[in-house]
Amino acid sequence: MKTNAETLTQKKKRKKLSPLARREELQGYLFILPWLVGLFGITLFPMLFSLYGSFTNYDVTSRMDFIGLRNYTRMFASDPLFWKSLYNTLYYVALMVPLTTIGSVLLALMLNERIAGMRVFRTIYYLPAVLSGVGVYFLWIQLLNPSSGLINTLLGWVGIPGPAWLSDPMWTKPAIIMMKLWGVGGGMLLYLASLQGVPSQLYESAKLDGASAFRRFWHITLPMISPVIFFDVVTSFIGGFQIFQEGYVMTDSGNGGPMGSLLFYNLYMWNQAFQLFDMGYAMAMAWVLFVIVLLLTLINLRMSRRWVYYEGGED
Amino acid sequence: MDRPVPPASGRENQAIDARRIPARRRRIKPSEALLFVLLSVGSLLFLLPLWWMISTSLKSPQEIAQYPPTFIPNEFHFENYIHTWQAAPFTLYAFNTLMLAFFAVVGNVVVNSFIAYGFARISFRGKRLWFSVLLATMMIPGFVTLIPQYVLFSKLHLVGTYYPLIIPQFLGSAFYIFMLRQFYLSIPKELSEAAKIDGANHLYIWARIVIPLSKPALAAIAIFAFNGAWNDFLGPLLYVNDEVLYTLQIGLQSFRGSVQTQWNYLMAGSVIVLLPVIVLFFLFQKYFIEGMNLTAGTKG
Repeated sequence: MKTNAETLTQKKKRKKLSPLARREELQGYLFILPWLVGLFGITLFPMLFSLYGSFTNYDVTSRMDFIGLRNYTRMFASDPLFWKSLYNTLYYVALMVPLTTIGSVLLALMLNERIAGMRVFRTIYYLPAVLSGVGVYFLWIQLLNPSSGLINTLLGWVGIPGPAWLSDPMWTKPAIIMMKLWGVGGGMLLYLASLQGVPSQLYESAKLDGASAFRRFWHITLPMISPVIFFDVVTSFIGGFQIFQEGYVMTDSGNGGPMGSLLFYNLYMWNQAFQLFDMGYAMAMAWVLFVIVLLLTLINLRMSRRWVYYEGGED
Repeated sequence: MDRPVPPASGRENQAIDARRIPARRRRIKPSEALLFVLLSVGSLLFLLPLWWMISTSLKSPQEIAQYPPTFIPNEFHFENYIHTWQAAPFTLYAFNTLMLAFFAVVGNVVVNSFIAYGFARISFRGKRLWFSVLLATMMIPGFVTLIPQYVLFSKLHLVGTYYPLIIPQFLGSAFYIFMLRQFYLSIPKELSEAAKIDGANHLYIWARIVIPLSKPALAAIAIFAFNGAWNDFLGPLLYVNDEVLYTLQIGLQSFRGSVQTQWNYLMAGSVIVLLPVIVLFFLFQKYFIEGMNLTAGTKG
């Protein structure tokens, strides 16, 4: 009884703040207010609306009838294009994430050495990473031209007959991934920053112990930069599922390219929403995407415990 | 740049070399020479696409069709640029894009820093919860909210205006808030405590102490925000339908429809759109790198 009363008064005490602390609290919420407005206004509320909308035949203008799970059953059971777009996106993510990660780590390792002209090298490799948008896509359409493009010209010099790239359904996605690899400098810079944070004493003592360059990389460098690798993998994973513009711009006005090989998930969703105005279906697709990305991110997080090393324990 | 590699030699020669060569001129190891060659070849490959873009933009249509293709144009057709600039209202597109970029920079710099200050330097109940919500929102792919946001803005009768592109810039971006919060946590508390004793409120401390201290970080955010607005394709594609409001990205895309396969003009247009970003990059490279250091600093 007594203890109960005590805790009650304690609780009351905790709830009642001094005028100063209350002002502080008010100011705290004032400072994060813009974010709270955005969180509810343009993130949570729209998401809830789209969750409801995914069970309707909503078309923005007139109808919004509840149709139960029909959008979802149609998607899974009778829409081959849904599966095709999901396959294309997974294919792209599964290749792009490891290639860009390995590429940027290797590049960062090379650019972390002290040799002549290093500043110039770093600048050159980073430059393409800041370029994006329609100009870059047009450039790559030109570079990938089967007969007069740069890529096949270079391949021809070393005796390789280049494929038809953007017009061969087998080569469209590798072509896009190659374009992404051109921008590998962004990740490189991220790794370079973290490589420079690895204490040099670690290498020195390992050297004294006679550890080879590879062992030093495997047992010192890799664990020390593993949190950044993890961060990069997670963000490029989520980013990879956003692929849309490449499919929209690099195919003829968004039809998905040869044999729908560039019909990415978001492109198909876009066409459902803004070409056919089947908003209900598109919203259902958006939620399926969200669940897929969430699950994969959770798997990523779970697996990270096995290979990510946090100095001084987990935060 | 490359120093001459001393000839492979016996011990005696090395001893002589060591005396002749000033101490700071160390010998180049074969592995370093190999790396230098490797990086040189690689950087040529990385620069070649840009070279190709410029050289194609200066060619005549006949020369583009030529096989094998030329790396340096036989004739330089600089008038391709004049033709491109006149064939579509690029001046208008550039003006529109600059306006949107201006709002993006102001919004992102001011608002994110404001919010991050709240998360870093003020204690209030529920802060931990809100902060984990902030981190969780980073995992929501943009396409999930795209369609309902469009519905929202269309119900507000704002589709066809710039508001759907500008308003979100003033509501904070989870990633930049996170980045700046980490940075603000590292600013010594004593600095703000002293001001507090003098009667300064949080607004004052934010504006007069924290902002000046975080100029490099804010400069990095300004540049990323500018770059993001300049390259934004999806936003204008969705919300803008009147040609008067076209941005450079949308304008360039629709320009393709009018010139079809005239690649010299298309490449000239691409150069026009990409050049400002390249110039910006060379002017503010320091801040691009600063931004990356901050990103790396938030991990681990």
